[in-house]
Amino acid sequence: MAGKTLFDKIWDAHVVDEIKGGPSVLYIDKHLIHEVTSPQAFAGIENRGISVFRPQNTVATPDHNVPTIDQHLPIKDQLSRFQVNKLTENCEKHGITLYGLSHPFSGIVHVIGPQLGITQPGMTMVCGDSHTSTHGAFGSVAFGIGTSEVEMVLATQCILQPKPKRMRINVEGTLSKGVTAKDIILYIIAKITASGGTGYFIEFAGSAIRSLSMEGRMTVCNMSIESGARGGMIAPDETTFEYMKGREFAPKGEGFDAAIEKWKQLKTDEDAVFDAELNYDAADIAPMITYGTNPGMGVKVSSNIPNENEIEQSNLATFQKALKYMGFEAGDDIIGKEVDYVFVGSCTNGRIEDLREVANFVKGRKKADNITAWIVPGSKQVEKQANEEGITEILEAAGFKLRQPGCSACLAMNDDKIPEGKLAVSTSNRNFEGRQGPGAKTMLASPLTAAAVAVTGKIIDPRTLLK
Amino acid sequence: MSKDKFVTIESSAVPLPIENVDTDQIIPARFLKATTREGFGENLFRDWRFDKKDQPKPDFILNNDIYSGEILVAAKNFGSGSSREHAAWAIHDYGFKVVVSSFFADIFKNNALNNGLLPVQISEIFLSKIFDAVEKDPSTQLKVDLENQEIILLSNGEKESFEINSYKKECLMNGYDDIDYLLNIKDKIEQFEQNRV
Repeated sequence: MAGKTLFDKIWDAHVVDEIKGGPSVLYIDKHLIHEVTSPQAFAGIENRGISVFRPQNTVATPDHNVPTIDQHLPIKDQLSRFQVNKLTENCEKHGITLYGLSHPFSGIVHVIGPQLGITQPGMTMVCGDSHTSTHGAFGSVAFGIGTSEVEMVLATQCILQPKPKRMRINVEGTLSKGVTAKDIILYIIAKITASGGTGYFIEFAGSAIRSLSMEGRMTVCNMSIESGARGGMIAPDETTFEYMKGREFAPKGEGFDAAIEKWKQLKTDEDAVFDAELNYDAADIAPMITYGTNPGMGVKVSSNIPNENEIEQSNLATFQKALKYMGFEAGDDIIGKEVDYVFVGSCTNGRIEDLREVANFVKGRKKADNITAWIVPGSKQVEKQANEEGITEILEAAGFKLRQPGCSACLAMNDDKIPEGKLAVSTSNRNFEGRQGPGAKTMLASPLTAAAVAVTGKIIDPRTLLK
Repeated sequence: MSKDKFVTIESSAVPLPIENVDTDQIIPARFLKATTREGFGENLFRDWRFDKKDQPKPDFILNNDIYSGEILVAAKNFGSGSSREHAAWAIHDYGFKVVVSSFFADIFKNNALNNGLLPVQISEIFLSKIFDAVEKDPSTQLKVDLENQEIILLSNGEKESFEINSYKKECLMNGYDDIDYLLNIKDKIEQFEQNRV
């Protein structure tokens, strides 16, 4: 019998029941909730007259809809305030742990889960947010769900879910200087397209992936959904165990040692077979940027926007529509394009290493006059760490300002909207039309590229400015 | 709790020949502040449908009176991006019962099925035939027969079958609900929890 993939091992260990001709009943170890996709689920269980089945397995924090200034004051926007208050009310009523806006553990749900050690290898995790795939960086099966499924988890700690196919993506070799985790995932999505992963759960492997820090791995797994994949994961190793050590909710002492023994078993068997397997060479990856309106429309920063004859006939309409929206021409140089906004933040790149990278780069430099830069830490802990490490000071000296934690301009639910027609270079995950505000244009890139753009005011290959 | 039963639908269709329609287009994030499931249809495709001054954009298909019906027909990779179920609610609330495409994003497909909105996945070839037929004659009728898993172009009888898992099909046809299913096997879930420790 052929061996099993890591995905299969974890999935199969959580199957409570199989429905003939239908989905599996999958047990969920950890459920994360936020203010936007949970209120209707709570209303649902209340309509049924039932309570939350395992309240200790759900953790809540508001993130999507919160302001990034004056968080100590009541939220000004009435609907946002109502939604955030509703989360508090629901958590109180059902005995669910909530890290509210003022709490030192609060922040973007996919930043706080790993940071607090809530996320652990081998778990099944879900959240009403597609970027739940982030947690796969720890070797967990983590994926985004809809509100009806949030209701299922609240009601029974299980969801009904068809089992995805398995894909492995190997990236072998050494990344060159100035090439980051964000560039790896933008490169992969550019190769397989924004729908190439649909129906699959991806395991990322290979020496280039192993060489990444936990935060880099989170960036890669975070954006697996942008290829259409259900989720992404990386087998846990020493880097993972080292990261887990001492985290608030990680096992401690002997319990930790026992956990490591268990986590070490979490890997794909040598003879396991994937439904699809792809191989890439790290040496071929350069700083990447998107020019279009889905995350698959990415190229090396140093290259041009493709010409029409390089685009497959079946994708030409999408290509033309995207360029029209962006105000770009086929074949245009990317380097040198004037930029208006730089956004550093989100569950993709709002962690301390991202802020460090930006601070290292801008130290001793100044922000360009034409740039408005928003730097939004992913959590209160990241914010605190940035203050302690002097990152805040460096950013301020360079003309930037650190705002307060939240999803912010990644999806522009709060007031952090890129104005119509303005061009933003963003470290977030989606460049859809209007994603960062109605009529806003987004180019996705790494924090390093974003920092280089912020100081020069236009698109630049960050490697040309590295000391 | 029982839901509306999905019955066979015969209707004209609204064509949206755009690929990779993401959930941010279906319902932009700024309209996700509601705490109930109702009323999202008003903002379906908001930024394609209305200009900055909230005036309907005449060139968008939903603003074109000659197209109407309970079936939305869209190009490949429909519903990509965010997991927001609000996208499925918005389409259903607007009055669609079926979305036809050659390819759906996974989360959207689950969300649609959980809300009585049937995603019908067909071949590129049949999809372009439907687009052609509806373009030529906007009153073209389509029949979506869930029981026999067929979609039929009534003008010429051409048809194609579509896949749906038998559990979900039964749920839709009978108005069953996943949560009722799960609540009914709570013993098994508790047993599973005990066995793991």
